Amino acid sequence: MTTKPIILETTDLCVSYGRVEALHKINVRIREGEIVTVIGPNGAGKTTLLSSLMGLLPSRGKVAYQGETLGAGRTVEALVSRGLVLVPEKRELFGEMSVEDNLLLGAFARYRRGDRAYRETMDEVYGIFPRLRERRTQLAGTLSGGERQMLAMGRALMAKPKLLMLDEPSLGLAPLIIREIFRIVAHLRELGVSVLLVEQNARAALQVADYGYVLETGEVALENDSKVLADDPRVIESYLGLGGKH
Amino acid sequence: MDFQIHLLLIQDGVTNGAIYALLSLALVLVFAVTRVIFIPQGEFVAYGALTLAAIQAGKAPPTVWFLVALGAAAAGADIWQAVRESRGSRIPAILGINLGLPLALAGILQVAPLATLPLVVQVILTLLVVVPLGPMIYRLAYQPVAEATVLLLLIVSVAVHLALLGLGLFFFGAEGTRTPSFTDGSLSIGPATFQYQSLWIIGITVLLIVGLFAFFERTLYGKALRATAINRTGAKLMGISTDMAGKLSFALAALVGAFSGVLVSPVTTIYYDTGFLMGLKGFVGAIIGGLASYPIASLGAVMVGLLESYSSFWASAYKEVIVFTLIIPVLVWRSLTTHHVEEEEH
Ligand SMILES: Nc1ncnc2c1ncn2[C@@H]1O[C@H](COP(=O)(O)OP(=O)(O)OP(=O)(O)O)[C@@H](O)[C@H]1O
Ligand SMILES: [Mg+2]
Repeated sequence: MTTKPIILETTDLCVSYGRVEALHKINVRIREGEIVTVIGPNGAGKTTLLSSLMGLLPSRGKVAYQGETLGAGRTVEALVSRGLVLVPEKRELFGEMSVEDNLLLGAFARYRRGDRAYRETMDEVYGIFPRLRERRTQLAGTLSGGERQMLAMGRALMAKPKLLMLDEPSLGLAPLIIREIFRIVAHLRELGVSVLLVEQNARAALQVADYGYVLETGEVALENDSKVLADDPRVIESYLGLGGKH
Repeated sequence: MDFQIHLLLIQDGVTNGAIYALLSLALVLVFAVTRVIFIPQGEFVAYGALTLAAIQAGKAPPTVWFLVALGAAAAGADIWQAVRESRGSRIPAILGINLGLPLALAGILQVAPLATLPLVVQVILTLLVVVPLGPMIYRLAYQPVAEATVLLLLIVSVAVHLALLGLGLFFFGAEGTRTPSFTDGSLSIGPATFQYQSLWIIGITVLLIVGLFAFFERTLYGKALRATAINRTGAKLMGISTDMAGKLSFALAALVGAFSGVLVSPVTTIYYDTGFLMGLKGFVGAIIGGLASYPIASLGAVMVGLLESYSSFWASAYKEVIVFTLIIPVLVWRSLTTHHVEEEEH
């Protein structure tokens, strides 16, 4: 495990909204083919972390992706074409467009680079989410919550990500769909995609992940192999106990 | 009033309405993608018509030097940005696109026997001069403030409009010009007579609209523009850059504007400031469509053209007043029937 190369690493990453510091000296590391989860309560800074990695928010400190330090002027577009793709908390689908058009647009960065093999990727995505194939002509805005999450993930997979960042994929979904979503997250590892999984559903996240971080009020409070974390009394009390299943 | 007069007025109205429809489509497109109310749209009509007139008179159009100057400024801005983002490898491409191509075009316009070229070539040269002005203006005036409020973008539009208007007077002088018809004469079917140029205008307009529709429905770049209009954040996360979408929509708007100028200048004398009124009439159409619906905007624009031709028959002194007064009942009707569109959150 430890011999695998690091795909993304932050060193003392800090992010502020105006005067208020939302993230303080964050150090996280993701290795290729690993699933790493970041758990923590509301307002801990999980979404802020993903947004700053994606270049949507200015940050201080160092971010290295595939061994290369990303400059402060990193743009979302450049990162997407290098295989760093985010499925945001709000999904951000194109509601007035069809499921299939949404998927096609997921391949935009590849298309722009001259990669025309996206039809095959679409077949793979339909293989992973058969439900999307059934609903290919339906407008994205009319999908159910679970289908929307599937479409958001499918659209991200169309970009052939090397590192996929998922922001609370289980948010607002019924237990059966959640299980399905996590099964697919586990399957991504077999496809060679590394995953940074942000979750409040700590139990499910720690089950599927290799390594975990606990984020509290903008700082990493705990980190360890996810098996170890799942047995940590502090984690059990705050996140896995009776009240912790949110 | 007999049938002949009606036919004439309708023909006139629909011909002008077709041009307004094109302009209204461009306005809706630019607003949807960038939230810019594109007041300078009309200047592209005048620049297109007057550039073509200059070429047909055998002179290199002054707009080509404007293109070189804007290209130099855009290259400067892009190089500054590339250096700051430490992506110096892009500098040759930036220089080639923004400065090399305009200079090459200027060279061609200096040596080519412009007046004797076939019309199609003259039109292509006109478009090559005028259309790139669109994305360059986006780059220089709008891109630095792309995240600003609609109001600030509107103020920028007013400034760009005034600048282009002044430059238009400087480039072309105060005299108006008319270019020859694509095909002289008229076509008679029974009692009805149609000017060939009117048929050209309507036919090419329909083709352009169909072309735009196909672009938005069938191509990934067209879909990317629609996606940006629907959800900017979502589009950004797919690698669709806001700058690219803005430049592309401005290029389309410039193309539509310049083409409108080329089409309309055989039937209307174009002065450096004629485009503004035409753009405003397209804008009335766009408002009827709520700056959101392409079909309603183009129908509204055709209605504006008809209203204009009938009012110029009955009350020609008041024709502009009547057309622009139309906007008041339309706004009242829209404010009663549509829900308020929130300013995007940022
Ligand atoms: N645009 C913003 N401006 C100011 N403060 C913000 C902004 N976005 C987030 N914050 C603040 O930053 C902190 C971290 O927010 P963030 O959205 O990253 O939390 P989170 O861990 O994703 O929470 P949740 O689980 O509820 O999604 C919160 O206190 C939040 O109020
Ligand atoms: Mg969040």
